[in-house]
Amino acid sequence: MHELSIALGIVKIAEDETSKAKANSVTKIELEIGVLSGIELDSLNFIWESAIKDTVLEFAEKEIIVIKGKGKCVDCDTEFEMENLYDPCPYCQSYFKSILQGKELRVKALEVI
Amino acid sequence: MCGTCGCGTENNGPVILKPGEEHHSHGNHHHDGHSHSHDDHHHDGHSHSHEHDHQHKVLEIERDILQNNQLLAARNRGYFEAKNIFALNLVSSPGSGKTALLERTLADLKNEISFYVIEGDQQTLNDANRIAAHDVPVVQINTGKGCHLESDMVFDAVKKLKIEDNSILMIENVGNLVCPSMFDLGENKRVVIISTTEGEDKPIKYPDMFHTSDVCIINKIDLLPYVNVNVDNIKKYALQVNPKLLFFEVSATTGQGMEAWYQWLKGPLTPEGGSKILDIKS
Repeated sequence: MHELSIALGIVKIAEDETSKAKANSVTKIELEIGVLSGIELDSLNFIWESAIKDTVLEFAEKEIIVIKGKGKCVDCDTEFEMENLYDPCPYCQSYFKSILQGKELRVKALEVI
Repeated sequence: MCGTCGCGTENNGPVILKPGEEHHSHGNHHHDGHSHSHDDHHHDGHSHSHEHDHQHKVLEIERDILQNNQLLAARNRGYFEAKNIFALNLVSSPGSGKTALLERTLADLKNEISFYVIEGDQQTLNDANRIAAHDVPVVQINTGKGCHLESDMVFDAVKKLKIEDNSILMIENVGNLVCPSMFDLGENKRVVIISTTEGEDKPIKYPDMFHTSDVCIINKIDLLPYVNVNVDNIKKYALQVNPKLLFFEVSATTGQGMEAWYQWLKGPLTPEGGSKILDIKS
């Protein structure tokens, strides 16, 4: 259940940024989470309530922007959508690829008051 | 972890101990009625006055959620590089034989190489005691309810170990094939261990761990006659996730295949930013 650590990391960032901006609380938080990031969204949503209790995020609306996986084949340069880390290149079936996107795990923006 | 705020409490937060040490509780724990005075502690968020002007402000921060872990991991890595320490992060599911592999390795090589060990488990000093029996310096990190090691725990444990230059540091992570994959500890190489009793398709069932590892050790090959597993299929699946994996097939119990692993450990090793050549004791 590493999602709890992730949620606490999000809380820490929100606390830091809110205090830096001399604001009091967060009304909305936007997260960018890639499908290849290793985060289970169900688990994150499950522990979210307990992680944000008594923090600046307690009453914040949470928006998760899911970023699709994209790879580029090292052998034939084909760019393709990835759902799993072990997806082969659809053109040449090679497993050698660089991941262009999908590993994101970011707090994109905070709306504070 | 604390069920309310998730932070470690003195009863089940990370505890770092050497064999023989006892855990003493902290008197000023922050759950004691919130009477502490840490300026930046997150419970203070609600103690301020509400003088805000009700204006919404959008902060486009674009911050990596794992940033704190990565910063301390980088600090660990710099420390290892400066001291020519080759640090390995051993990861696997529980029961794959991480500790047995470590014990065998230490017993066979400790006269040639100076080893240090960090043991990660939720509870008990059992593994640290097993390592200490080999006269190798070891500290145990008990993560409490935590399911993985993080770089700050390793940072503290390393300080406690007082590692000499030109050594190998073995960090045995919490037995868990999922969570530790996301947390860089500052290691030079990540070594995933899979045993033949776990089935062939573990690498694609738990791809993140195999994707982030550099080396894959297939343990318990002495049991191959008794299990319905083909080592080539394990490798095939693992290579689908990570075509760059380097394999060793071993039995920590019988010693079969261990020599190739030892040769790799002994170097000369040139991991990125890591030790160039280990100072082999004569």
